[in-house]
Amino acid sequence: MVIILLIMLSGVIFGIVFGRYPLTLKINDKLLNVAICILLMLLGIAVGSNEKIIANLYSIGLQGFIISLGAIAGSVAFCYVIYKAFFQLK
Amino acid sequence: MKGTLILITFFASGILLGISGNLPHILISSVWSNYALYVLMFLAGIGIGADRKSWHLIRAMHVKIFLVPAGIIIGTFAGATVSSLFLPALHLREILAVAAGFGYYSLSSIIISDLHSEALGVVALASNIFREMITLLTVPLLVKYFGNLAGIASGGATSMDTTLPVISKYSGKEYTVISLFNGIILTILVPFLVTFILKVGKLI
Repeated sequence: MVIILLIMLSGVIFGIVFGRYPLTLKINDKLLNVAICILLMLLGIAVGSNEKIIANLYSIGLQGFIISLGAIAGSVAFCYVIYKAFFQLK
Repeated sequence: MKGTLILITFFASGILLGISGNLPHILISSVWSNYALYVLMFLAGIGIGADRKSWHLIRAMHVKIFLVPAGIIIGTFAGATVSSLFLPALHLREILAVAAGFGYYSLSSIIISDLHSEALGVVALASNIFREMITLLTVPLLVKYFGNLAGIASGGATSMDTTLPVISKYSGKEYTVISLFNGIILTILVPFLVTFILKVGKLI
């Protein structure tokens, strides 16, 4: 965990230093997309070769759906209160 | 949406490759996804550091605007805790880690499958893609009944890119900046919150 966060922080520092060149962000976005595609494909391969996950794909999706409903409902509820209290009376 | 479809295609073709089982063993080794995750985190870091527009935006903001991501974080965890009542198969810590993706499915699912398990990584992938899709479909209704912050709240980290157009259409132009700001803050926090919940939550 520490390694991951340190790697990310070194990326942030790298970005701050080289962020003055617009090209940095452009190239980085492209590389980021490629990295995400590769990683999701690797995750797919790991999932596909794991029979236990494949057998339970439906219930896994359902679990994800239930969590996202809870997360959205909670966020909307809290932001409704914040909206009424701080944003509406402008 | 197009980006999401492309990523789902990559994931799905990976699944098919995995099921077919005709893979050299070296590809299945988790070492690869480990290194790839490091590369991804480094690149994500560069993206944050080099994004000067976002930093200027954050600096120029009134303190009040921080209430939005704060409310979304607390609301997401509160809502996910409620949903844990319906998910006896999952540990609360696992549910919170999934919810801490705030819709940022690519990074959160990869971190979770690396740090925890591939099964939970897939839950995170599904859950956070659902968050983005549900948001895209329901923003008009949410804004109508729950105020102008509702679309941003639902979108979470996606409120800076994929769901931004629909949010600014229904909440109004003056909410575009809040939406962007919120998405940036949550996107930065996702890797920290997910790792924190999985690693530190385990000890408690």
